[in-house]
This record gives sequence, structure tokens and C-alpha cells, in this order.
Amino acid sequence: MQLTERSKQVSNKEMTLSEKAYLPAIVQGMAITLKHFFKKKVTIQYPEVKRYLGPVFRGRHILKRDEEGRERCTACGLCAVACPAEAISMVAEERQKGEEHLYREEKYAAVYEVNMLRCIFCGLCEEACPKQAVYLRHDEMVPVFTERDQVIWGKDLLVENMNNRYKREAWTKEEARQLDQKRAEGQAAGVEPRAIP
Amino acid sequence: MEDTKPNVVKITFDGIEVEVEAGTTIMQAARRIAEADGTQAHLVPPAMCYYKPLEGTGGKCRACLVKVAQGSAKDTRPMPKLVPSCITQVQDGMVVENTTNPAVLEARKGVVEFLLINHPLDCPICDQAGECHLQDFAFEHGAAQTRYEEERRTFEKHDIGPYIQLHMTRCILCYRCVYTADQITNQRVHGVLNRGDAAEISTYIEKAIDNDFSGNVIDVCPVGALTDKTYRFKNRVWFTKPVDAHRDCPTCKGEVTLWCRGEEVIRVTARKNQWGEVQDFICNTCRFDQKKTSDWVIEGPTKVQRSSVISANKYRADLVKKPDFALKLASSQYKAIDDSRPYVTDPDTIRQQSVENNDKANHRSLLAENN
Repeated sequence: MQLTERSKQVSNKEMTLSEKAYLPAIVQGMAITLKHFFKKKVTIQYPEVKRYLGPVFRGRHILKRDEEGRERCTACGLCAVACPAEAISMVAEERQKGEEHLYREEKYAAVYEVNMLRCIFCGLCEEACPKQAVYLRHDEMVPVFTERDQVIWGKDLLVENMNNRYKREAWTKEEARQLDQKRAEGQAAGVEPRAIP
Repeated sequence: MEDTKPNVVKITFDGIEVEVEAGTTIMQAARRIAEADGTQAHLVPPAMCYYKPLEGTGGKCRACLVKVAQGSAKDTRPMPKLVPSCITQVQDGMVVENTTNPAVLEARKGVVEFLLINHPLDCPICDQAGECHLQDFAFEHGAAQTRYEEERRTFEKHDIGPYIQLHMTRCILCYRCVYTADQITNQRVHGVLNRGDAAEISTYIEKAIDNDFSGNVIDVCPVGALTDKTYRFKNRVWFTKPVDAHRDCPTCKGEVTLWCRGEEVIRVTARKNQWGEVQDFICNTCRFDQKKTSDWVIEGPTKVQRSSVISANKYRADLVKKPDFALKLASSQYKAIDDSRPYVTDPDTIRQQSVENNDKANHRSLLAENN
């Protein structure tokens, strides 16, 4: 009785002479192996060599500064409320006189912490941010940690360094798709990174 | 003797008939509907300036404009213009259209735009964000984008004491705080000066600040123009947990909402009803000085609407709704366990029964497949 379409009739038919000899099959197998020996390797030596993951890959967080080097984050708490893993916490502080060159708005995050053990790198914080302050870097991941106190990242690790600013080739998925298309058509490989608004 | 009988009038609001006393406003009639049936809460016109506990409020912001399609049973003509529902009294046989009239919704969109002309879009900084009536109003009734390109009006910063923070730029001139000041003091010490764009509250506000109940201007303010200085930038509203509490206070009723972060009380406000209106005004001692949990008798968590951002990350079992479908399915397929079968211990019989059951099951599945 046939129960499914996938069932297969098995037969026990006798092997031919060449099949019985085994040697031709071995030669055939060795030939395939030898062919792969001269082909281009598909593996990469991972920790030393890293693949480009695309401009919208979501790696570690960064707190952006604006063109004048002021912190963009105003501790509005929208990233923390959007975070499904509840990984973000912050303490706000009022900007004092004379700190205008440090913080963009009247209020700033005195403490901004991301628990990298809780974070699932979904990018909802990036989407929620009304000030374009928090982004997930496409080029760096969270390094492996060995101690518990390395898990919670504070502002010392998160805030952007003005001497080594973070830039992206594309900021949205649409832009990334257009970029891919351009690359596929073989035009303008190096796109000038756009400054964020 | 007819005068002593309560004069009841019948009106139709968005197709729902309701009986109210003569002299009630359309807004109150709509709220009566929503209080009777919670699912109709969306029908109630929004209010930015009208505040029931304060006498004389209403009629300024135009947020609650509605269409009166039929003036009364005697005079069936519609009212020529949209009327503010918070100060228009009902008449017998009145037919009011709110959400059912596209012209009303369009007008409301315009009102949002006008209110936002001078209102700064600094919600990420503002302490009121999350419980701001203008935010709700713009979210529910406004357009997604602004068309305003000109400079917004600005004012010189005005320090009005250690307890209350005034941000005049955020003011929408609803006059609620003015009426509060009028109500708590005998002399008129708080008012609106100048006209048009230059209109501002507060010139004599320092005098009202000394009053025991001056802190209530924070609660009545629909936007972030008057906020609690002791709470300034302490936390966001949605990270704090509201708890109902009371204390034995010599000046006020002492029934408040505590906004806690962990065990710490970071803000005290009056309790508000469904419409965001203060139930009992509280004194400044309760509001600003009693910030220890030991000062209060805690009654339990405040009921927060599920749609409010304040309910975010607060997991209360009674607020988490079970999926309807699963419950319906379970109730429709519920069967009592059939325990009438004899209890079999003999292994051979069990084996035979299980083989039979298997055959039956295979037969059923085959039937299902073939059909």
C-alpha cells in the first residue's frame, strides 16, 4: 500500500562488472577531489580574514556626535523603551552653562549603558532614535568577553571618537540595495559616504 | 410642581442616543456615553483647554469642535458652523456628529496644526512626554508632517522658584493654570499678558507660587509648559511605575499617585481620572516634600491604559490579554474526560487494543487524505 508520493520502490538488481571491480568508481571519485584541488577556495581564515557583511549589518552600538563634536544623544529613553531585550539604561542630566560644545541639547545622557549580553542586535534602538544618535556599526562586532564586567558597555566605549569617525556607505536598506545594484552593473564601486542629517 | 422634576433631554451623539439633564454640555454627554460603555471612548471629542474641575475653562483651544446636524427637535436646522462641544449646551433632540463627520476630522487636523505652530518639537527633552495631551491629540488627530517653516516664537527664560519649571515656549495658552490660580487664591495673581504671538502667562506667578496649592498648575498643564522642577530630567515617565498612595495630610485630602523607580519615589502627582483631570488637588507639601516611601501608605498600582506608553515594560497579569482565538477554540472543543472505560491491566489486551486504535487512526488519516 502506497502511503505517500515519496515512497520509493527498492530493487536488488545485480551489479555490472565495472561496478563490481570498484576501481573505476574510485578513480572517478579521486578525479572529483583533484578537480576541487585546483578550484578557488570558498573558505576564509576567519579570525584573521573577515568578510564584508554589507553596509546595513548590525554590529556593536555607537553613540554618534554631530559635525561639531557634540553628543547627539539627549537621553529621551525611546531606545530603551523600544528595546525588546531591555538592554539599554540611561541617566539624564541637565546641560550646564559652558557645556554647549559638548552636548547638543539641553539634556544629555550622563550614563548610557548597553548590556551586550542582553542585546539581540535587532536595531530597534536605531529605528526609535529621534536624534540619529545611536547606530549599530556595520564594521565592528562586540568582541568576545571573558569577564562579567566587560559585558556592560558604558559611554567610554560607545561614544564616537572624532578622530576616527564612523561612516557608512548606505544608511538604509533601500540605499544598500541600490548600492548592490550599482555594484552588480559594474559602476561606481566606491560610494562617497553620506553625512547623517 | 413641574419645576422640581429634573429636566431630561435626549440627544443623539454619533448615532448613539443618550439622556442627560438640561444644561449639560455636549462634551459631558459624550463622556457619559463613554463612561457607560468603555468601547465608545474614542467618540469623545478631545479637550486641550476644557477641564471639568476648574470653573470657566473651555472654549479656547477649539480641539473639541463638533458638527451639530440638528439644533433641536423644535428647530431642526443644523448649526451653521462647527461648535466647541465643551461649552455648548445640549437641547432636546439635538443631533451631534463628531467622528462620523469628515469635516469635523478635517477641522481637527487644522487645529492640531495651529496648536503646533509655536509649540517646539522637543519631546525627547520634555518631561511631559508620555503623558502630554498635545502629544496624544497630535498623534490621534494630526498630520504626520509639519508644513511650518518660519521661526517659532521664543521667550526670555523666567525662573519662578525652586519647585515649578516654566517653559513658556511650550505653552498653548489653554488658561488652565490661570483658572487654577484664580481658584486657589483670592487675589488675581496669575494671568495672561500681551496678545497674539506675544501672549504669555506668569507675570505675577511668583505671588501664586507661595500658595499651598500652587503645585497643581503642573498637573493641569496639558503640555510641558509647567513641570515639576524636583522631577526635572530625573527620568522618563514610562520608566517610572505609578502607585496609588495616601497620607494623613492636614491641608489636603492626601490621595496621590507616586511615580516610583524601584523603591525610590521620584515624583508625586494628584490622581487623575479617565479624562486626565485631577480628582483631588493636592498641596505642595505632599507634592514636593514627601518623597520617601515611608511617608506614604501604598494602596496598589495605578490603573494605566494599555494603549499608554506608561504601561510599557510593566507586566501585569490582569492587563495581558490572552489571544481570543485560542480561548474560543478551547471552549468550543472542550470535552469532559471520558472515564467510563474499564481499567485494563492485562498486557495482551492492551497490546491488542493499541493495534486496533492504530488501525483506526490510520484509516481515519487515509480517509482524510483521499477526500
